[in-house]
Amino acid sequence: MENRFLRAEHLDFSYNTGEGETPTPVLQDLSVHIRRGEFTAVLGHNGSGKSTLAKHFNAILLPRGGTVYVDGMDTREEDNLLNIRQTVGMVFQNPDNQIVATIVEEDVAFALENMGIDPPEIRRRVDEALREVGMYEYRMHAPHQLSGGQKQRVAIAGIVAMRPKCIVLDEPTAMLDPRGRREVLRTIRKLNQEHGITVVLITHYMDEAARADRVVVMNDGKVLLDDTPRGVFSHVEVLESVGLDVPQATKLSHLLRQSGITLPDDILDDEEFAAAWQKLMEVHG
Amino acid sequence: MLKDITIGQYFPGESVVHRMDSRIKIILTIAYIVMLFLSSNPAGLLVGLFFLWLSYGISHIPYKMILRSLRPVVPIILFTGVLNMFFMDGDPLWQLGFLKITREGVLMAVLMTVRIICLIAGTSLMTYTTSPIALTDAIERLLSPLGRFRLPVHELAMMMTIALRFIPTLIEETDKIMAAQKARGADLETGGIMQRAKALVPILIPLFVSAFRRADELALAMECRCYHGGEGRTRMKQLHLRYYDFVACAFVALCIVGVILINRFVPALL
Repeated sequence: MENRFLRAEHLDFSYNTGEGETPTPVLQDLSVHIRRGEFTAVLGHNGSGKSTLAKHFNAILLPRGGTVYVDGMDTREEDNLLNIRQTVGMVFQNPDNQIVATIVEEDVAFALENMGIDPPEIRRRVDEALREVGMYEYRMHAPHQLSGGQKQRVAIAGIVAMRPKCIVLDEPTAMLDPRGRREVLRTIRKLNQEHGITVVLITHYMDEAARADRVVVMNDGKVLLDDTPRGVFSHVEVLESVGLDVPQATKLSHLLRQSGITLPDDILDDEEFAAAWQKLMEVHG
Repeated sequence: MLKDITIGQYFPGESVVHRMDSRIKIILTIAYIVMLFLSSNPAGLLVGLFFLWLSYGISHIPYKMILRSLRPVVPIILFTGVLNMFFMDGDPLWQLGFLKITREGVLMAVLMTVRIICLIAGTSLMTYTTSPIALTDAIERLLSPLGRFRLPVHELAMMMTIALRFIPTLIEETDKIMAAQKARGADLETGGIMQRAKALVPILIPLFVSAFRRADELALAMECRCYHGGEGRTRMKQLHLRYYDFVACAFVALCIVGVILINRFVPALL
């Protein structure tokens, strides 16, 4: 079985501009592979092309140059379209703008109704998806009665109900409060770990990326770094040079290391820092 | 102020009226309206009022909701009432120059007022007890025979659903924009009509821009969920007629027959 689930090969893309203007390339000769079952975070500041890349993964945008394969299907082939959309679900930033129906469960059913699935099966899958994201008790609510985090989980349920193999989330937590963020991230991780759903999380929160299996850092339409979170965040200078932060604990240990204190270069969070610091103290008495 | 709009507001519940087939509810609401206009006799309208009293009772919708639904149409009710009162010919009860109030006028005014109140309250009951999506669903199914005449029934129903979905969102947004413009010193409450209308421009423009952006994103999200029009679409909720649907139909039919009989045999006051 092909292990590279999403494959972007030498991808070029630019948005249409007015007549006479030269289009600025958004993606340039970009190649990236996402493996089956992996939790990948894509980092990059605004305009780095990360959302554009995400939209290539379920054929919302088609490459100007190069190819994108989704589970072996070429996204440029019209016949694959519905199949690709079912394979790769997409969740957007603003939960308000992706909920179609006026009742939570009707919204979760929307994709399944479009796919022409039998009503009893729709019912079963909707209930299952709602339980999965912990929104079953709210199935009869109207979307505007829910908090941002809850709405985003409903949007995720609407995708999960399709039973996709992969979910691409385009900054799903950018508009949420800290509590909503935690709820949504917990849901995403659960889907990845318990159901083996491949996750591509576009984000600009470093702490979200730090908990992924793999981090792809984008800058100016190119892949800058592609490694495990530890590998990526050890390049503090590179990240800062493209306007990205590193997690605070990583930054602190980096600064301490520069002033001659021997701390490991792969610290990701406060707990790891505390442990490393304690060890250091013990060694030096 | 914007929160007061009740048309299209649904109060979830488990009553028989809630559970009724939404198609039947639409048909019966239309039948009820026809009945209201059939009854030329005050006794006939009493049937209409009785029907309202009963059905609000069964559906556990508080009667004060009738008042809430009437609030936006108070001017219309007053206008028709006054108009009927002054412009009916008949026995003058009171006269001042060219203005006169006749017995028939007063009667007609009362009839019209009761009729409009029943009409609004009746249709509101339908929207109170039927989720908007069930309603649009029912409209789609009732109109589906027209699809043969190339009427885009599914698309219309989809548009209605989306409109209903975004009403609360856009109201919330309007409130936010108003607050934001007020914070920048916009004066929305004083001045004449023209001035107030002008003051709305800085609210409407951002609202429109945002609505277009939302529409764009929603279209994208719908495409991501395999939306490709009404073709080959199934529905999660299947509509089934149950015994209470037939009971309700029979009851409305009885009311209509009652009204017709009253019209015929009870002496009209006019």
